[in-house]
Amino acid sequence: MAQKLFRIDILIIILIILSIISMFVGVIPLSINEIFNLSEQQQNILATSRFPRTVSIIIAGASLAVSGLIMQQLTRNKFVSPTTAGTMDWAQLGILIGLVMFPAINLFGRLAFSLVLAIFGTLLFMQIITRIKLKDVIFVPLIGLMLGGVVSSIATFIALRTNSLQVISGWMHGSFSTVISGRYEILYISIPLLIIAVLFANQFTVAGMGEDFSKNLGMNYTRVLYTGLFITAAITALVVVTVGMLPFLGLIIPNIVSMFKGDHLQKTIYSTAVLGAIFVMFCDILGRVLIYPYEISVGLMIAIFGSFIFLWMIYRRVKTNA
Amino acid sequence: MISVKGITKLYGDKKVVDDVSLSIAKGKITSLIGPNGAGKSTVLSMITRLLDNDSGDVLLEGENIFTQPNSELAKKISILKQSNHLELKITVRELIAFGRYPYSKGRLTNEDNALIDEAIDYMELGEFEDRFIDELSGGQRQRAYIAMTIAQDTEYIFLDEPLNNLDMKHSVQIMQILRRLVRERNKTIIIVIHDINFASCYSDNIVALKDGEVAISGTKNEVIKKDILEDIYEMEINIECIMGHQICIYFDEHADATVDDFVKEQAQI
Repeated sequence: MAQKLFRIDILIIILIILSIISMFVGVIPLSINEIFNLSEQQQNILATSRFPRTVSIIIAGASLAVSGLIMQQLTRNKFVSPTTAGTMDWAQLGILIGLVMFPAINLFGRLAFSLVLAIFGTLLFMQIITRIKLKDVIFVPLIGLMLGGVVSSIATFIALRTNSLQVISGWMHGSFSTVISGRYEILYISIPLLIIAVLFANQFTVAGMGEDFSKNLGMNYTRVLYTGLFITAAITALVVVTVGMLPFLGLIIPNIVSMFKGDHLQKTIYSTAVLGAIFVMFCDILGRVLIYPYEISVGLMIAIFGSFIFLWMIYRRVKTNA
Repeated sequence: MISVKGITKLYGDKKVVDDVSLSIAKGKITSLIGPNGAGKSTVLSMITRLLDNDSGDVLLEGENIFTQPNSELAKKISILKQSNHLELKITVRELIAFGRYPYSKGRLTNEDNALIDEAIDYMELGEFEDRFIDELSGGQRQRAYIAMTIAQDTEYIFLDEPLNNLDMKHSVQIMQILRRLVRERNKTIIIVIHDINFASCYSDNIVALKDGEVAISGTKNEVIKKDILEDIYEMEINIECIMGHQICIYFDEHADATVDDFVKEQAQI
């Protein structure tokens, strides 16, 4: 039953329906009946705001979910994700450093800074978890969260000293309301990264079985590990730069899919991507209609739903282990 | 044939494996025995290139394994480590399919699928093929791992303590499967094993390690001898021939008494 619910065709249909709804929800009224009879203003809204918003939700949701999936596989820990490994905080710190050093920095420049620090942060995290011998499933993400907390404090400190606190608060709570054409296209870079992730799906699964296991099968473990970490860091940086932090996503979506479909990435990567997009789309639409005509930021909506799902996940795990 | 020439492994200043040389005959089961800390698993890991050695060579059919590409070696030797415990939810069939990775890199051909089916049949895992590994019993899981190495189809198969956590019935079952692989498919199997009687009953050759060095290496009849084993394990060991097998009896100084009591009891019945 649950297996069927996660069939890829059903998920895609749900996503398409939500995407259509997303295109027609907003302050400027736009109805499906008028689709062939749009005023210039309405056409404009569709092209510059609604369409970019919907597309960026799909890309951001899908790619963050997939990057969480890859991280969990490579670290062999279900609680590791771009949030719980601190990658998001590093990406944010990167943007801030870029802004402070070059106030007129463009989107690509911010991305570059963000990417460098995200990669650095991910590698540091991997170094720490390979050095420490305590392999408790909860202990590993706790280290990541602490590391992320430290990085985030540094960012806040720098922001305070440079009077840019308002700027970083924009990235603290991810939101798609600022996504308009001309400002989000950079997110398309995630698509080739997702394609690489799909091509490597089998290798990531083998790597998740361990280094010795990979070596026995003649796979270059280190190369696969670094490919995966690069993809996750790059995706995280891209999303943080364009829409800001989306917490929990990379954590809960892969876990939900894994519960029903197992851990073979070739089998789960598509469902994870589509479910990630569905979840973000759902939260974004809800955030747009709840206090209409105002908006609740999607980051907050995701955090609300995400924390409940996360608690349920932990509860379920405790129950099955007992 | 695999020739191991003077391999050494250092952890810090301590030599955990010291100048070990041995040769592994084709088409036989060779057991590595020895007390805890003798370096059995380390030797196994070095022969199978999972662990770098500090000196020495391992020659596979005369060629150094450390200079061969990993992807080619994966078609010649396979290794199952005891640490293959995992939390991942992978089905039995998916696990066995990993065995074809060296050939297909994950894109399974019809031929691969046929070989996977065959490995499932060989290990009688048909009814479990869609179950997740973590739902299986220890014996079934060990069979699934061995099925994976069958799918990998290497001439040499290395197993690190394959009987760990298995009861007698499943241990015997696994050893019989290994004998069958040698007999029917001419595989060469090398196992690290703790139970000396399983080594005695099921292997052709035995290599005994002690303190990181080879204590003795030879056919099982050359190694399963009272004075040799007592020297290796530093305890009293008596060897009895029971139903054509050399069985070691090693229950400390009371062993004789226990045997006497047993004989008396038998006599009364």
